[in-house]
Amino acid sequence: MPRSTYLVPPTYLPLIGCFALFSMAVGFASWLHQLHYGPYLGMAGFALLLFMIFDWFRTVIKEVREHHLDTDPVIDLSYRWSMGWFIVSEMMFFLVFFGTLFFIRIFVLPYLGGEIDQGIMTHLILWPDFKNIWPLLNTPDPQAISGPKAAMGAWGIPALNTLILLTSGVTITIAHWGIFKKNITQAAVFQALTILLGLFFLYLQVHEYSDAYHNLGLTLGAGAYGNTFFMLTGFHGFHVTLGTLMLMVILYRMLKGHFTPKHHFAFEAVAWYWHFVDVVWLGLFVFVYWL
Amino acid sequence: MSHDHPAPKGFIAYIQRWLFTTNHKDIGTLYLLFGFAMFFVAGFMSLIIRAQLAQPGMQLVNPATYNVLITMHGLTMIFGALMPIFAGFANWQIPLSIGAPDMAFPRLNNWSFWLLPFGFAIMMSTLFMEGGGPSTGWTMYAPLSTNYGPPSMDFLIVSIHILGISSILAAINIIATLLNCRAPGMSLMNMPIFSWSWIVTAFLLIAVMPVLAGTVTMMLTDRHFGTSFFNVAGGGDPLLFQHLFWFFGHPEVYILILPAFGIISEIVPTFSRKPLFGRTSMIYAILCIAVLSFIVWAHHMFTAGMLLGTMLFFMYTTMLVSVPTGIKVFNWVATMYRGALTFETPMLFAVGFIAMFTLGGLTGLMLAIAPADFQYQDTYFVVGHFHYALVAGTLLSMFAGVYYWMPKWTGYYCSEFMGKLHFWLSLISVNITFMPMHFLGLAGMPRRIPDYALQFADFNAWATVGAFIFGFAQLIFVYNMIKTMRGKTEKAPKKAWEAAHGLEWTVASPAPYHTFTNPPKIKADT
Repeated sequence: MPRSTYLVPPTYLPLIGCFALFSMAVGFASWLHQLHYGPYLGMAGFALLLFMIFDWFRTVIKEVREHHLDTDPVIDLSYRWSMGWFIVSEMMFFLVFFGTLFFIRIFVLPYLGGEIDQGIMTHLILWPDFKNIWPLLNTPDPQAISGPKAAMGAWGIPALNTLILLTSGVTITIAHWGIFKKNITQAAVFQALTILLGLFFLYLQVHEYSDAYHNLGLTLGAGAYGNTFFMLTGFHGFHVTLGTLMLMVILYRMLKGHFTPKHHFAFEAVAWYWHFVDVVWLGLFVFVYWL
Repeated sequence: MSHDHPAPKGFIAYIQRWLFTTNHKDIGTLYLLFGFAMFFVAGFMSLIIRAQLAQPGMQLVNPATYNVLITMHGLTMIFGALMPIFAGFANWQIPLSIGAPDMAFPRLNNWSFWLLPFGFAIMMSTLFMEGGGPSTGWTMYAPLSTNYGPPSMDFLIVSIHILGISSILAAINIIATLLNCRAPGMSLMNMPIFSWSWIVTAFLLIAVMPVLAGTVTMMLTDRHFGTSFFNVAGGGDPLLFQHLFWFFGHPEVYILILPAFGIISEIVPTFSRKPLFGRTSMIYAILCIAVLSFIVWAHHMFTAGMLLGTMLFFMYTTMLVSVPTGIKVFNWVATMYRGALTFETPMLFAVGFIAMFTLGGLTGLMLAIAPADFQYQDTYFVVGHFHYALVAGTLLSMFAGVYYWMPKWTGYYCSEFMGKLHFWLSLISVNITFMPMHFLGLAGMPRRIPDYALQFADFNAWATVGAFIFGFAQLIFVYNMIKTMRGKTEKAPKKAWEAAHGLEWTVASPAPYHTFTNPPKIKADT
């Protein structure tokens, strides 16, 4: 079995990353506490993080190309394992919010509505008027926390968005075939198409949020329905944004001729990520919008 | 391609070496030093706690400060001491024992470590904030942390995010290293048992750290963005927080014990001069414990209110954990059976671990029984239980590991005399400290309370005396380590222990800066 003997030289990059995350964390928490320097510190940290990510990837790509590490099966497999496990950790992150949604719908609301035997006294004593109807327009205590005026329907924008993401899964595969065939035009055109679909998705999502806030009274603070709706779709949208940026970098690298039919894991890693984001959306569409 | 980095010269170069290092041995050393430093910080907090509890009445700190101390003691010990120390062992020993030149991602490795001091700077800063540090206990239950949490809670939340990123990156790195960088010819089942314990631990970390991150994020939005995840008025539930927290929390406690199992499984065969008994079953036992850890979490919440069937489910699954754990204990004992035993310091700590951890495990079994747990819940019995597992268990295993591998790390043996003194003082004092807590709990003394009724006075006095002996006994350890690191003790050969087994003993002591740049040959039985 061949193996890599490349030893990575010392690097200042992680330390920059530490300062970046530290400033973002402290800046964000300070902003929550109305400290005037909070937003500036947070933004500075974010800028530093962008610089760190840029320089880190630049270094790695340069190193891989100089030493032909992409043809090293050990390094290649290490990248594959690590990307796979990173996506597993992301799945667990989304599982928290899906778990929250299910717990609220299966246990909390039926108890509060007095539908489960053991919840009857809770129902009678706390809020006897409360009925468990999902989407939750009337919260248990509307005086304290008011619900939305209406729920978000599944068959308008969300269905269109499902179609967009599923299509983007197809286009990215055609781009992959382009790399296999050494047809860079096909690869680049379909990669660009995938990016456009991602951007279109994000545009529609922003549109939907604006509709929710202005017309439906559906806000992040609007009871359990609003909470889970925005937490799930919000984190998903954030991941789509990240994925789209990654796709753009890959397009740039495609045009620079970095990928060969045999060695193009960077593309594959981003494709895996994109499919993951796609699958999460299907879960969202079914459990947040539809059912 | 191989780069040789000459030894750095001068102060700036020295600082640069440690800040910019991509060497697994340097990073392992950093993890270990940071972990033990935080161990003393958190240990100092526990001595304040014990001093306060030495007698009934309020003598040292007010109740608010007391709550902050128990919270920070727990968080610092878990995230600052125990996890980093184990990560230090992983960094040093995994590449050495599987014949890899380094970790799979050396830059990422550096980041995983250096995020820790930054995260802890934020966490420790909460102690000095207006309104005091977080006072919720390390479990951060809502609504204590949401409606009633101090302002510093937000800084705790962001620091947990940073520590979580660090853990996930480290875990991904370790998994990639173990799955992919083993010396040619070393199959997964032939991988050293310490590495096996870490591959499973890394999997647990990847699975549950994001859960903690998501949970504290919801806590944050509940505090500042008007959500009601943990507020019944809006359709949420504080109980949801407990479920999510313990879904993270229970695998987390196995994250803190599985590498200990690995270390003990390396040490016991060496000093028994026999191979590990039932090696395959040991590996499956670790896997089994890891899988079970995901379906036992609600045993922390028996009194919080749940259906009878749910309680029975979590009671039985929890009791099931004792099967693989029992396999491990019996196998260690069977390894020693009819072995040519000698009791150098690492072996003493290992045997101490087996005995003490068994006690901690058995009290865990008592706590698993739902009807009995109604009496034990939130009493000192629980405190005694998990301190047996984490202090007399995890911590003793760490000392065992340090004494065992120190010759490989520094090239010098630790002083046997001081090591044995450290062992006996620690073992006796740990029992004086934590054994009485079981009786206190059974008699009804609640935990997380700065004052108590008169009838609990004697046992508490004992516990305080024990805690101070334990605390000061650790200074012997520090002195011993400094002496060894400065090379004032006996020099160690390549194979520091007569019957030691494994690739790390085939390289020089101290291990050269770069090892296994050419892969070692693997014999069939390694």
